[in-house]
Amino acid sequence: MRALDVDYMLGLLPVLLGYVPLTLFMAVVGMAFALVLAALMAVERVARIPVLDVFVRLFISFFRGTPLLVQLFLFYFGLPQILSFLTAINGVTATIMGLTLHFSAYMAESIRAAILGVDRAQWEASRAVGMTQAQMMRRIILPQASRVAAPTLINYFIDMVKSTSLAFTLGVTELMGAAQKEAAGSFHYFEAFLVVAAIYWIMVEALSFCQRRLEIYLNKAHAR
Amino acid sequence: MISIQHLNKSFGNTPVLRDISLDISPGERVVVIGPSGTGKSTLLRCLNFLDEPDSGTIAIGDLSVDAARASKVDILGLRRRTGFVFQNYALFANKTARQNITEALVTVKGMSRADADARANSILRETGLEARADAYPASLSGGQQQRVGIGRAMALDAELLLFDEPTSALDPEWVGEVLDLMRKLAETRQTMLIVTHEMQFAREIADRILFMDGGRIVEEGSPAQLLDAPRDPRTKGFLRRVG
Repeated sequence: MRALDVDYMLGLLPVLLGYVPLTLFMAVVGMAFALVLAALMAVERVARIPVLDVFVRLFISFFRGTPLLVQLFLFYFGLPQILSFLTAINGVTATIMGLTLHFSAYMAESIRAAILGVDRAQWEASRAVGMTQAQMMRRIILPQASRVAAPTLINYFIDMVKSTSLAFTLGVTELMGAAQKEAAGSFHYFEAFLVVAAIYWIMVEALSFCQRRLEIYLNKAHAR
Repeated sequence: MISIQHLNKSFGNTPVLRDISLDISPGERVVVIGPSGTGKSTLLRCLNFLDEPDSGTIAIGDLSVDAARASKVDILGLRRRTGFVFQNYALFANKTARQNITEALVTVKGMSRADADARANSILRETGLEARADAYPASLSGGQQQRVGIGRAMALDAELLLFDEPTSALDPEWVGEVLDLMRKLAETRQTMLIVTHEMQFAREIADRILFMDGGRIVEEGSPAQLLDAPRDPRTKGFLRRVG
């Protein structure tokens, strides 16, 4: 047994912090696409559009039913063998694609549940004033569903931030990949991964803080 | 002119509306009374397709819709010619009192934000809710919520306003202010079709009262005729029970 090399950790911290923007970039872009895709799929699942519904259900079933790592390998290593135009895809893009598709499947289900939880009176009132289906969804139902769905969606976002570490397996030098390289050069595995763990933890805590602020904002219409 | 012809509606195998025909002249205030479960609310809800009628025609102004063949455009057309006031208010929970009124003005009628706000402010004044303009429904009393609900329907300048038991869900202390607002509205000769259990109110504002039972209009007449000299035994029985 040897003592923890604190100086090494302090020296490594700024190096690894330099990779935080890439991690956040992948997670934020992935989340933005996933939210749009999930909302569209959720609305479709509620409206049950013929034919399209089969595809959406198949999509959700596949991306919930298989591991994210397998999906990433399929996109990055597998698909380019079949579709030659995908050979140009880089690891960061493949990761964002994978995160988007994977998490949108989960998020679609939680948004769908939130939509169905909106009081029937809200739907009737929207129809009674003459709104179209799309206006009703955009103006009344989705904003109210978002309040209910927000905590679970942020949960998925937190999971997504951490899942960006899988980009390392596609050869992307992100937070995890950089730590791995540093550790391999110095044999300070424990210290390096401890710093990585701390950085993820702090990022997630910061997100949890934002979550509380967001929930207060979304609840403002319901305060008495 | 509003003309409803041979309207039928069943829930499953249970007929709720049987061959309802009814004409309403512009400016007329018609009140529907009757025991619960006799299709009064369903009649109102069929006129704007919150419930889908099985057959019959509904004509409001220049639009005539064959219920069995109604398209999406027909249904939107009926909804844009009517305003609906719900028993449980049904205000948009994510909108303030003012936004509840402006919402459809902007999204449905395409009014500019500024014009819609001006219209909403004048309606908030009429309904005595200026001070609560920026409050969300959750922080309004039942009476205030229902006044916003009526204001939201008024704002649309609909040819026909439908009131589905607008005071039935209210605590007794709020009933008066809602009825007062409806009286004010009735004085403007707004065409209204009202389902209510408030007999005194019906007597005051109705040009005509319909008595419904078993999905049919059993009897109709002026308040004096129908309330004081009912002819049908079912009407007599009902009035005795509520009297």
